[in-house]
Amino acid sequence: MHRTNLSDHLVLIFGSLFLFLPVIVAFMTSTHTAADIHSNGIAITPGGHFFETYEKVLTQKGGFTGEITGARMVMNSLILGVGFAAGKIVLSMMAAYAIVYFRFPMATLAFWVIFTTLLLPLEVRIMPSYQVMSSLGLLNSYTGLIVPLLASATGTFYFRQFFKSVPEELLEAARMDGAGPFKFFFDILVPLSRTMIAAIFIIMFVYGWNQYLWPMLMTTDEKFFTLMRGIKSILQVWIGSQIPDYNEAFALAVLAMVPPLLIVVIFQRWFIKGLTESDK
Amino acid sequence: MAAIDINNVHKVYAGGVTAVSDVQLQIADGEFIVLVGPSGCGKSTLLRMVAGLETISEGEVKIGSRVVNETEPADRDIAMVFQNYALYPHMTVYNNLAYGLKNRGTPKAEIEARVAEAARMLEITQFLDRRPKQLSGGQRQRVAMGRAIVRKPAAFLFDEPLSNLDAKLRVSMRGEIKRLQRRLGTTSIYVTHDQLEAMTLADRLVVLNGGRVEQIGAPLEVYHAPASTFVASFIGSPAMNLMQGELHGDRLAIGPAILGLNGFAPISGPVTVGIRAEDLRLARVEEEAMPFRLDYVEELGSQRLVHGSVGDQTLTAAVPAETELVSEMRLAINPRRLHFFAPETGKRIASAAPAAAASVSVAQPVA
Repeated sequence: MHRTNLSDHLVLIFGSLFLFLPVIVAFMTSTHTAADIHSNGIAITPGGHFFETYEKVLTQKGGFTGEITGARMVMNSLILGVGFAAGKIVLSMMAAYAIVYFRFPMATLAFWVIFTTLLLPLEVRIMPSYQVMSSLGLLNSYTGLIVPLLASATGTFYFRQFFKSVPEELLEAARMDGAGPFKFFFDILVPLSRTMIAAIFIIMFVYGWNQYLWPMLMTTDEKFFTLMRGIKSILQVWIGSQIPDYNEAFALAVLAMVPPLLIVVIFQRWFIKGLTESDK
Repeated sequence: MAAIDINNVHKVYAGGVTAVSDVQLQIADGEFIVLVGPSGCGKSTLLRMVAGLETISEGEVKIGSRVVNETEPADRDIAMVFQNYALYPHMTVYNNLAYGLKNRGTPKAEIEARVAEAARMLEITQFLDRRPKQLSGGQRQRVAMGRAIVRKPAAFLFDEPLSNLDAKLRVSMRGEIKRLQRRLGTTSIYVTHDQLEAMTLADRLVVLNGGRVEQIGAPLEVYHAPASTFVASFIGSPAMNLMQGELHGDRLAIGPAILGLNGFAPISGPVTVGIRAEDLRLARVEEEAMPFRLDYVEELGSQRLVHGSVGDQTLTAAVPAETELVSEMRLAINPRRLHFFAPETGKRIASAAPAAAASVSVAQPVA
């Protein structure tokens, strides 16, 4: 066994500080007043305005139309993140199930067509996607925000690889036990994929949560603003002699970090299990 | 419970590879049939065709009076035990056993009763709440068998169920399978590449080679009268010695040795001679014998296997453990115990005294 020594601890302490300090600074700064920040810069000590700032950010109606609160933005982001993650998992599991377990003409071709879309990031097809959604009248709606991004080559690929690693005999045993395609999927494959689902949920939730460009194009109505856009709009008020609301921007940034952090903390046990468990 | 008829069954894979050709096998109700052969001989394919996991290219399979060629595996009234157990890893042992019954809409009370009965029979009652991962190999094997038993099927299919177990466990599980099958009286087909497992379990053996049936018969019948050189070398350990010889009238020449046959010579001319290692013994001085040059010895405890050669042909003999070993020995054999095969086809040549082979199932005391 390896004995832990001082240098190991130093490396770990340094690493933790490296990761934690910016978060702490952002949080502490958010508890100061805007003027304080403007004159003294960022802070590492508490400023005593925690409740005021966060209450203001979460409840005060802001934006150009004065209709959007921070809480609303958090909710929008959550809807986007969860909708993304759940939708992508459902779609890609079904696609992978079809590709791996059913023999149909050009299945391999279908898989590779899906796979090559990995080479086309959202930005490349953002205009046509926008065009389609606009023609369907889905601008400024959650449907329009979520549905076009649901097809996931990454998810399909992960699940395909996972399904291929499930022993053939399990399928045969299930067939003997009288399980049809639906029963096999829901009774055997889905429970076996739990850890895989958790892993993909984390990745996709964070991906959805962090979307910026697509929501900006799709929504003009401030009711649909996400946190990411909210942070940006606060800093856009740099006009005249007005001091930007640094504290509010920091508060929103901290709020934006919390849900992904929670998701990772909650799912990480499964996530690691999914990555290390070899016995299927 | 049902008889199984396999009529002229062929399996040709896409691409033209023939895995099984023209297998004809009638299995009586309650019989324990073992399909045995080297890897790639088509034994698993044949089993999987009965199970419905492979399509049947030609011929028909009947379970009971029903042709099942186009029937789904679940509707064939059979249960299968897989080599790697194929237990559902996320379900408890109880649910593993109950899953097939649930899918068939069996009433809950009956499921519970049947699972409890099977668990008691296999002594896995205390594991019912565990997951397969928490069980040892032998316990998993029992669960896999339990899953087959609870269904009360017309037939059990075993696909090398013991090959993942260690040697000691394999022997005890072998006995258990045999006992269980006797007790339930369910028709069983068992696939293995282990000839010892095949000998000990089978009511009848089916020896397969290259997709064809080489011989079907009771274990001792196959052992004492192998139908071909392939069966002779596959069944029995150590493998039967196969030597090139020549028959002249009543005398057999093997290399430098010439043996009198006392009227047991079936033909004359070149012939492949089969000799079981345990049929050889040290010759008395006055006897006709083969000069044997000792190469090396394997000690088995109860006996010794001596490996060496007669002329330029290798030969293995099993001799009593107390036998004194010298580098040059003389080995004798009762002519009744010789097996003759046609050198070109490898097929058995019926002995001149036909009853000889079958009647020697009990070894005669030798010097």
